[in-house]
Amino acid sequence: MNLQNFFFGVYPYIALTVFIVGSWIRYDNEQYTWKTDSSLLLSKRYMWVASNLFHVGILAIFGGHFAGLVLPHALWIALGVSDLDHQWLAIVAGSVFGTMCLIGGSILWLRRMFNARVRAASRTMDVFIISWLMITLLLGLSTLPTSIGHANHGDPGVMLALSGWVQSVLTLNPQPSLLDNVEPVFRLHMFFGMTVFLLFPFSRLVHIWTAPISYLGRAYQIVRTKRQIKAA
Amino acid sequence: MKIRAQFAMVFNLDKCIGCHTCSVTCKNVWSNRKGIEYAWFNNVESKPGIGYPKQWENQEKWKGGWEKVNGKLELKAGGRLKKIVQIFANPNMPEIDDYYEPFTYDYARLQNAPLSEATPTARPVSQITGQKMDKITWGPNWEDDLAGEFAARSQDANFANMQKEMYKQFENTFHLYLPRICNHCINPACVASCPSGAMYKREEDGIVLADQDRCRGWRMCISGCPYKKVFFNWESSKAEKCIGCYPRVESGLPTVCSESCVGRIRYNGIILYDADKLLDAASTDNEQDLYKAHLDLFVDPYDPAIIAQALKDGVPQTWIDAAQKSPIYKMAVEWKIAFPLHPEFRTLPMIWYVPPLSPVQSQIDQRKLPTEADGVIPKAEAMRLPVQYLANLLTAGKTEYITGALNRLLAMRSYMRSIHVEGKPDVGPLTRAGIDENIAKEMYRYLAIANYEDRFVVPTAHEEIRLDDYHAFQGQNGFTFGNDSSSGVTRNSLFPERRKESAEPREPAPLAGPRE
Repeated sequence: MNLQNFFFGVYPYIALTVFIVGSWIRYDNEQYTWKTDSSLLLSKRYMWVASNLFHVGILAIFGGHFAGLVLPHALWIALGVSDLDHQWLAIVAGSVFGTMCLIGGSILWLRRMFNARVRAASRTMDVFIISWLMITLLLGLSTLPTSIGHANHGDPGVMLALSGWVQSVLTLNPQPSLLDNVEPVFRLHMFFGMTVFLLFPFSRLVHIWTAPISYLGRAYQIVRTKRQIKAA
Repeated sequence: MKIRAQFAMVFNLDKCIGCHTCSVTCKNVWSNRKGIEYAWFNNVESKPGIGYPKQWENQEKWKGGWEKVNGKLELKAGGRLKKIVQIFANPNMPEIDDYYEPFTYDYARLQNAPLSEATPTARPVSQITGQKMDKITWGPNWEDDLAGEFAARSQDANFANMQKEMYKQFENTFHLYLPRICNHCINPACVASCPSGAMYKREEDGIVLADQDRCRGWRMCISGCPYKKVFFNWESSKAEKCIGCYPRVESGLPTVCSESCVGRIRYNGIILYDADKLLDAASTDNEQDLYKAHLDLFVDPYDPAIIAQALKDGVPQTWIDAAQKSPIYKMAVEWKIAFPLHPEFRTLPMIWYVPPLSPVQSQIDQRKLPTEADGVIPKAEAMRLPVQYLANLLTAGKTEYITGALNRLLAMRSYMRSIHVEGKPDVGPLTRAGIDENIAKEMYRYLAIANYEDRFVVPTAHEEIRLDDYHAFQGQNGFTFGNDSSSGVTRNSLFPERRKESAEPREPAPLAGPRE
């Protein structure tokens, strides 16, 4: 097995398995460690700008990757979005949200590294994961010139190859050969991105799983009784 | 009608000497851990002052508690959607410096400093960064006994509607201690603010807790509580708060702050209330009527109809008995000498306060204060402590309630003085204050003598209602990170459960037969 096959035929499954099983095990056994690990109490300066830019940016980027790579190609065609439009949409949205995430994330990274209080309260993984995310983001942003080049030549081939590969992995029929003509910068970004999933259960990122959406429909007051257990 | 029992307290401010024994015992028992060392579940503030954290009473700044918006009760910081939008960076979150940067001292330096002319100094060390601090600029009780300039102290929100400049003058200075803990509110804003549903109120005793397992550290409870009594543990990233000493209370013991109070100012007891009316009470239009609405929530524990309903709603008989003997019910409802702290926050707080009399003996001796007919007890409205200030603290600014309570307290003193000093009872002050001799004597017993068994009427919890094998549970109950005492644990698990609900099989092992 060559490296290409390992990283794009096997590694995605390792990352996804660790991501799902690891999250589940941690949720089951380590509820106390399941948290945002916020450092807002220690330093509020710039946090309104930084945290909002970072979170909105990264959530939009995730949504964009999902829409562009996971949703079936036929759906986009049915919606009347041509492949080239699709690619330009990805370029524009990626640039906007990527820049937001870059600005916010950079402030967060600087704060994590150089704010004495935040640094002192940081675990190794806290420093590592924000750094890893920022590298992944920078690699993602550095694919933009290549993408723009392709788009200017009217060639959505690389985008379609990437999307085809993602879908081949998700349908349990991995085809690393689809990436043969994809530039190395994409592949590096993909490796870093898959590794985020691998690291996910071991980091503070788990808080994403428990985003409190249900709060929107909840009654304000919560009363717990001891009597419930008796029924068992 | 739905009757619920609430574990409640009264603090008699008249007897608080500001010794901080409550704070220290509480800290030693519950919050002497890393990440929560800055947090005082119990603290004692010197008033007037901006308090801990800074200006906590100023809800225009912190947006804690509730408000009425278009006739509807809503969290002051905004509803659910606004909370979710602000979740990435809660704008109302206090910063560590609003409390203080926790510090210790480099004590070792005193031992290991080289020989020198000057005495070595133990420099302060930050407990967050471990680095030396140049100077400590704020602490948990920085304004102790009116320390600091009046300009800083005058930012106290309770000076609203007052000519506060006159209290700058030394002759007009006044002072009281305000011990504060979580109010275990009937309409808690922290619970309502919690996006993950980790904060909850216990049905059995009304104690408000933060589920350590379900808390995700979204930080909304910290800013939602108008009393700033939910704290963010920066080490664990979880909300922590006063737990009402529930392991003690469940065992029939008073809280550790109450037990250790040297001034005997703290009363623990049960009070019954109608849970169906709480939303209406909290939604009262005029904030000056909130105290009255809160009072009307409480029900008479002697009323047979109430008792029948309480039993139907699952309140055990022993708790109804305790509610009848409750010092809280006497002080809050029967004598009306105790008041909730800042009722205008609309959380229906359940730690109530007897206002301090603040008599100044030398002023009376010099006949500078108008007194009652006995020439010794000052008139309520003439006391050094402005009634308006107390009203701003306890009744949303309405002075009548406070004056009435002070008059009753003074009449009781005057009456008891006539017995002990003059040798013949004078009921004149009592009549004017509208109380009778029996009430005065009982008030004297509860307030002046304050026997242990009068102060603390705490029924034990009924663990048998939830546990199959409650004997086996002995010794497991306490402050654990495993959240052992709540039923808020998830039932769906990838693995076999780690902990059974009962520690031992319910069927006892057969006795050993005779040896063959």
